[in-house]
Amino acid sequence: MVTTNAIHESLVKIVGKSYVSASREEKYFYARDGGLMPPHEPDFVVLPRTTEEVQEIVRLANREKIPIVPAGAGLALTGLVIPQKGGIVVDMKRMDRVLEVNEKARYVIVEGGTTQGALKSYLQKHHPHLRHSIPDAPPSATVVANAVIHGQGRLAHQHGFNSDMVSGLEVVLPTGEVCRIGSCSVSSYWFSKGPPLPDLSGLFLGWFGTTGIITKLGLKLYPCKKLRDVMVLLTDKVELVPDILLRLSHTEMVEDTVISAQPLPLRFRGTFWIMTYITGDSDEELEFKRKMVWDAVWDYFQSRDVGFISTSPEGKAPLLSMPSKDTTRFADVAKGGGFQYAGPITPIEKFPAFIRKLEEVAAKYNVFYGSTTRLIGSGHCMMFSFSFSFNRANPDEMARAKRALDECSKFALEEGAVLWKPDVDEQKMIMEKMDPNTLELMRKIKRLLDPNGIMNPGNWEMR
Amino acid sequence: MMQQKYVSQIHRCFRCGYCKFPTDYSSFNCPPYQRFRFETYSTGGRLWLIYAWLKGEIEWSEHLAEILYTCTTCRNCAEQCPMKFAPDIIDWIVGARSDMVEKGRIPPRVARFFEAVQGYSNPFKLLRDDRASWANGTKLYSPGDEFLLYIGCLGSYDENGQKMAKSLVSVLKAAEVPFGIMGKDEECCGNEVYMLGEMGLFQNIAERNIQKFKKLGVRKIVTLCPHGYHAMKNNYPKAGGFEVYHYTELLAELTKAKKLKFSSNRIKVTYQDPCFLGRHNNIYDEPRQVLQYIPGIELVEMERNRKDAFCCGGGSGNFVMDLLAGDENSPARIRVREAYATGADILAVACPGCMTMLTDAVKTENLETKLTVHDISQILARSLS
Repeated sequence: MVTTNAIHESLVKIVGKSYVSASREEKYFYARDGGLMPPHEPDFVVLPRTTEEVQEIVRLANREKIPIVPAGAGLALTGLVIPQKGGIVVDMKRMDRVLEVNEKARYVIVEGGTTQGALKSYLQKHHPHLRHSIPDAPPSATVVANAVIHGQGRLAHQHGFNSDMVSGLEVVLPTGEVCRIGSCSVSSYWFSKGPPLPDLSGLFLGWFGTTGIITKLGLKLYPCKKLRDVMVLLTDKVELVPDILLRLSHTEMVEDTVISAQPLPLRFRGTFWIMTYITGDSDEELEFKRKMVWDAVWDYFQSRDVGFISTSPEGKAPLLSMPSKDTTRFADVAKGGGFQYAGPITPIEKFPAFIRKLEEVAAKYNVFYGSTTRLIGSGHCMMFSFSFSFNRANPDEMARAKRALDECSKFALEEGAVLWKPDVDEQKMIMEKMDPNTLELMRKIKRLLDPNGIMNPGNWEMR
Repeated sequence: MMQQKYVSQIHRCFRCGYCKFPTDYSSFNCPPYQRFRFETYSTGGRLWLIYAWLKGEIEWSEHLAEILYTCTTCRNCAEQCPMKFAPDIIDWIVGARSDMVEKGRIPPRVARFFEAVQGYSNPFKLLRDDRASWANGTKLYSPGDEFLLYIGCLGSYDENGQKMAKSLVSVLKAAEVPFGIMGKDEECCGNEVYMLGEMGLFQNIAERNIQKFKKLGVRKIVTLCPHGYHAMKNNYPKAGGFEVYHYTELLAELTKAKKLKFSSNRIKVTYQDPCFLGRHNNIYDEPRQVLQYIPGIELVEMERNRKDAFCCGGGSGNFVMDLLAGDENSPARIRVREAYATGADILAVACPGCMTMLTDAVKTENLETKLTVHDISQILARSLS
């Protein structure tokens, strides 16, 4: 085993002195995220600029059997980039270029650390008729990290998970080779992550950096209509929500559907706000879609089970903004800078049961709560968030929030949901429930790709 | 008071990262984050480290202090942070610096800055008697003058700042504005001392200046530098009883009132919003009005402008200490590249701090034959007929 100093020197040779740190301050910060998982410090933080530099870092780590953790902005909040076993955190955000937009095949190629904000801005400026599925994470979230955790964005209703929209990958394997995945492996075009080839993207998406480091990613782009509007539906009948969602989905006119439930301010308590986003290239198109949405729930409206909220342009502005700053503001509800949520992916029929569980758990542990649910696909599933805001200066409140989250996750799993971006404890819960042959397949894949077990160890760790 | 407030509130940062961006998320707008790229150099990183230091989870170190002092207090973070506490962020950073000052744990360059201001009333350790060496007979303020023209340290001692001071004097004379300067009796405004957290020294400076202004019977002060403008307008005790203007406000009034006559001069100009004029004091229009009043000037904007303008990297004393220098990602170098990309002949400034930072950056970027940095009063002076 070479000395820490020798590793440091090697890293300096690869990325330059300015972009390696073994200082206490960087170790402290990169040891934690904004959520509730316990911190664990890295030995080094490095900021590579090129795929070649990433390769060199990985080769070094593999040779010396040092853990290595690729990191975006750490906004999963479930500790996925906390280096559970120390080692090297590779902060990817210096690799931040938008490399290519193919307008006619509607995809973009970005580097591994490009932020959602930068991509949004780039498209607005250079390709205003195209857009990507912007998640409601802050703009510092990276495109790659969001795909790796199977994130969802503003086009989830129409096009599914953001990982479904990936159209190609460049990956540095744990043994240092650079590998292209999808159409780009046989062509200069990045239009497909798999079909008609075997879809190897599944070896990397959802693995939280345990099978390689994505240095480039192709992402499908979609038409960006000139006009966009939000219709806000309101109901106090939780049992009606799944049917309302199915009806909205049936119109095939809705771009994004989000359901918000929160106890404060009091006017929100006991009601469910269904934000229904529609787009169009003309007022006529928009009006037609509005009518379709109205018609879909008209009988509920007549029976006074559903209402439409009339919202001023000023009131709509925060709802229409992408990403939504309001999502982030939830972190300060408890005036304490803490926010974490369990986000099980589940059939939409579970909505009433999950809401009841959220209220029950929040009362039991006396924690601030909220929920934002997003429809994924044409009603195929939803991401239901059990969200808790806590005060980072209050350890007792943090402990209660963690217990509340754990209980919600366990409940969701028992109800047939699959936990989204699970923390290391939740990953264990999932693997315990997983079909043994599936688990064995995952184990074989991991062993084959990462023989020395250097990649983000602690995550998806199969005994 | 400030210390108590930051100690009880600073944990509220969620490290979401909005603070790093301009409004359109097109790039990074936090100068130290753009320069160093470790998360620790973003506002979120800084606030989390301060909180860790307060809790005793990390010890003070030179690196920690450097992270804290590379913040230029440009206020982009306060502009972009989505939380209710956003307006307090600069106070939190200044509060933490103040704690470090009280404990004597500051970077050597910051300590030298304080020593210089304490001993010489300027951060350059230059002689007080030389403070008005640029003035060349400019009239001293006397009762009856409408304005005291307050020059500040950069305008008094820095070569480029002195050029700004001379130009402004010539313009004010041409407009027949009744004004005078303090000459060698002028002292440092204290803005950087405040932002760097030396509250005792700042209080002394502010009280001394107020006494001098009162003794002279000053009712209206016009400053050359946005930093002095900010300190006097917002951080001096309200007992001063005088009005404060930045010179671009006065020039905007003079041009509007047609007190100045210009000859036409076809030239393309872009403008750098100084942080202490723009984001700190919401003055965006007046400097542009002055430029647009001059016949022949075509004003083109850099992509990041007004509240999204990218700081030159000179705030919080960095126009002297320059903790963000030494790299192609130094803010001033990035900014002059952006200015050059507009096709402008002149990068107009309204702050001697921006003037010195950007002039140096133009040289480093080898743009001297393509882009010239001029203060608005210099542009105005050259256009006077």
